Amino acid sequence: MGGSKAVACASRKEPQTRITSSDTGGGAGYSRTSVQGRVAPLMPEGTGHPQPALLVDAVSKRFGDVTALAAASIAVANGLCFGLLGPNGAGKSTLIRSIVGRTRPDSGTIQVFGQPADSTAARALLGWVPQELALYPLLTVQENLDTFGRYQGLRHEKLAEAIAWCLEWAGLGDRANSLMKTLSGGMKRRLNLAAGIIHRPRLVLLDEPTVGVDPQSRNRIFEMIDDLRRQGATIIYTTHYMEEAERLCDRIAILDHAHIIAEGTKDELITRSFGGRYDVAVSLAGPEPVVSEWARVQGGTLKDGRAHFSIARPVDIAPLLTAATGSGLEVNDVALHRPNLESVFLQLTGRELRE
Amino acid sequence: MIFVFVRNGFRALRRDRGALVLAFVLPLAFFSIFALVFGGMRTGTPRVDVAVVDEDQSAVSARLVEALAREPSLRISLKPDAQSEAGGVPANAGSFTAASAELAVKQGSLPAAILIPKGFGANPITFGPPGGRMVITILHDSSDPVAAQVVAGMLQKVVFTAMPDTMALAGTKYLDRFTGGLTPEQRNRIDANLARFQAWLRRRDRQHASPDGNALANGLVAVSIRDVVGANMRNPMIAFYAAGIGVMFLLFTASGAAGTLIDEAESGALDRLRSARVGMTTLLAGKLAYCAALASLQLVAMFLWGAAVFHLELVTHLPGFAVMTAATAFAAASFGMVLATLSRTRPQQAAISTLLILSMSALGGSMFPRFLMPDAMKTIGLFTFNAWAIDGYTKVFWRDEPVAHLLPQVGILVGSSVVLFVIARLLARRWEAG
Repeated sequence: MGGSKAVACASRKEPQTRITSSDTGGGAGYSRTSVQGRVAPLMPEGTGHPQPALLVDAVSKRFGDVTALAAASIAVANGLCFGLLGPNGAGKSTLIRSIVGRTRPDSGTIQVFGQPADSTAARALLGWVPQELALYPLLTVQENLDTFGRYQGLRHEKLAEAIAWCLEWAGLGDRANSLMKTLSGGMKRRLNLAAGIIHRPRLVLLDEPTVGVDPQSRNRIFEMIDDLRRQGATIIYTTHYMEEAERLCDRIAILDHAHIIAEGTKDELITRSFGGRYDVAVSLAGPEPVVSEWARVQGGTLKDGRAHFSIARPVDIAPLLTAATGSGLEVNDVALHRPNLESVFLQLTGRELRE
Repeated sequence: MIFVFVRNGFRALRRDRGALVLAFVLPLAFFSIFALVFGGMRTGTPRVDVAVVDEDQSAVSARLVEALAREPSLRISLKPDAQSEAGGVPANAGSFTAASAELAVKQGSLPAAILIPKGFGANPITFGPPGGRMVITILHDSSDPVAAQVVAGMLQKVVFTAMPDTMALAGTKYLDRFTGGLTPEQRNRIDANLARFQAWLRRRDRQHASPDGNALANGLVAVSIRDVVGANMRNPMIAFYAAGIGVMFLLFTASGAAGTLIDEAESGALDRLRSARVGMTTLLAGKLAYCAALASLQLVAMFLWGAAVFHLELVTHLPGFAVMTAATAFAAASFGMVLATLSRTRPQQAAISTLLILSMSALGGSMFPRFLMPDAMKTIGLFTFNAWAIDGYTKVFWRDEPVAHLLPQVGILVGSSVVLFVIARLLARRWEAG
C-alpha cells in the first residue's frame, strides 16, 4: 500500500490515484484559499504558527485482516476547517479515533499543536464530538454539560461560564433543565456538539455531526461550526455528504478503502481531476444512431439519451450547438455542469460516494 | 472526579423508576414474603453437630454417649476443636463443660449441646410424669430451629434402639414397684398409676399442641431444651432473612448499576470521557463508589424496614451493622464491576448476573439457611459473598458479638472486593485504546 500524504509530506511515495497539491510546492506553506466568502488563515513555514494544528504522519491501522488506515498523512494548518470525505468504512472514524487516542495506530505518529496526540497536553487542546450521541439520557442538558465540563477539568466559575456559553451557542438555553432523552434529534446533536467543545479546545474533531438530522437542524449546526471558526478553532470534519464538505471545509481529504486518495481545496481537487473543464449535456431530437454518430464525431458520448461533451470554457458550447443544427438535429435542451466533489470521487474511484 | 460519577449515578437512578423499584421496592416485598412464610418453618435436617457434656461419668451415661456417637444423624464432639478456640472456646482443654458447651453454641460453633446431668445413670429412664427425673438438657441456638428437635428425637431413639436392657431393667423395677405380685392392693396401685400415666399423657398431648417446643422432648428420657442465643430476641429469625434477602438483591442492584458502564460504552460516552483527561482506574473507582453507596443505602433501607415492621433490633447493633454493610456493599459493587467489564452487552450482562447471583444466593444461604444444606453444599457456599455476609450479620444481630469478631467475614469480603476490582480493571483494558 502506498502512503498518501498531502501538504507537508509531499515527498512521501504516493499511490497513482493521489493528487498532489500544487500550492505546496517549494515548501512555501499553505495558500490563501477563499471558501464561502471567508479567507483561511495562512500558515507560512517558519513564521506565525511554527507547527500545524494537526500533523498525522504515515498512520496505519489494521483490525485483524482489515486495513482501516494505510499510511495516512495529513497536516492541518491552524484555523482551517479540514474535511475528511469518504464513504462509510473508508477510514474516517478510525483516523479520528486515532487522533483522540481511542485507537492506537500500528505505526505512524500524530501530533496536536506539536504535542504527541496521546499526551495530556494534547488532550487538553482537543475536543471530540463523536458520531454517536455520547450523552447521558437521564441527565438534563445542563447536567450533561456540567458532567463533561468536569471530565475536562473545569470547576467553579469557569465551569459555570462554560455551561452558560454552551447553552447559548447551541441554542439550548430554554431547555437547560430538560432531560436529554426528551430533546428532539437536532437538539440532541447540538448538545452532543456542545459537550465536546465545552472546554473550548483549539482543535475540534467533528465526526459526522449531522447524521440523522433534518435540513433545518443541519443548517443550525453549520452556523454553530461557522461560529467556532470565527473564534479561531481548527476543525476536522468528517462526512460522507459532499455538500457539507463543500459548504464548510477549506481543505478536503478524500478517503477510500483506508487510503487518502486526494487532498486539497475543492477547486484544486476538481481542477486536478477535470482540468477545469465543464460537462455539457445536449438533448437532441432525432434517430438515436444519427445522434450517436454526431456525438462521436464531435468528440462526445451518448449517455442516457443525451450527448455529453467536455469543454474548457462555457463559451465553447456555441460551436457544438451550431454543429448540431448544421447536421439537421434539433436541440431540445442544453445543460452546462461544473464538476463537483461527487464527480471527483467518481473520477478517482469509479464509484459513487454513497455506494 | 469520583464525586461526579456518584452524583450522576444517583441522578440517573432517581429518574429511572424501574431501577428504583428493583433497588428498593422489590427487595422489601421479597424480604417480607420470605420473613412471613419462613419465619416459623420447621423442616428436616441433615447431620447435626452437637457437643456432649457427660457430667455423670457413669457406665450408663458412657453407653448413651457411645450410642449417640454411632447415630448417623448426629456428629458429636466431646471437646472443643481448634475452630472453637478461635471463637473463644478453649481448644484441647479437655472435655466440654456445661459452660464451654454453652459458649460454643452461643458463638455459633455448634448448633446444639447435650448436657447429661450427674445422677443420670442411677435413674436414666422414667415411665410417667417427668417430676423427680434426671433431666438431660439440650442447649441450642434457635437460629437453627431444627437441630434441637433432631437431637431430642435422636436421644429417645437411641434409648429405644441402643439401650433396651436399660429399658428392661427400668421396666422390671417399675413392675416390682407398681404390682408386687398383683394382689388387689397391687392392682389398685397399678390402676392408680395407670390413671396418673394417662393423665400425664393427656397433659403431654396438650403441651405438644402448644408452641413451647419442648413437647417432643418428653419421652422415656427426660429432656429439656434451652435456647441459649435468641431467647431474648423479639423476632429472632428476621435478622437472618434481612441479611439473606438483602445481600441477594444487593448483588442484583450492584450488577445493574455497574452495567451503566456498558451503556456508556455503547453510547460512546465512555470513549468521549476517555478522550478527556479521565483515566480508566479513576473511572472504575468512581463507578465502584457509586455502586457501593447505592448498595449501602439498599441495605439500610432493608434493615430499617425490618426494624420498623418486623422488630429487628437495629439500633442496638449499629456499629456491627455499619461495618458489615460497608464490607458487603463494596464486595457486591466489585462483583458488579467484574460482570460489567466481562460482558459485551447489557443483555449478556443481565443473563450472566442473573445466573450467578441466583446460584450464589441459593448456595450462600440467601434463599434458605445453610444449616439445612448437605455438608458439600455448605462448603461450596463459602465461595459466595452471601454466606460470609450472612454469617457476619448473624454474628452482629443474633449472637451480639463485638465488631472485632467480624474480622474473618469482613476480611473475606474486603479482600474479595480488592481482588475483584483488580480483575475488573484488567478486563476494562478492552475499553482502552485498541
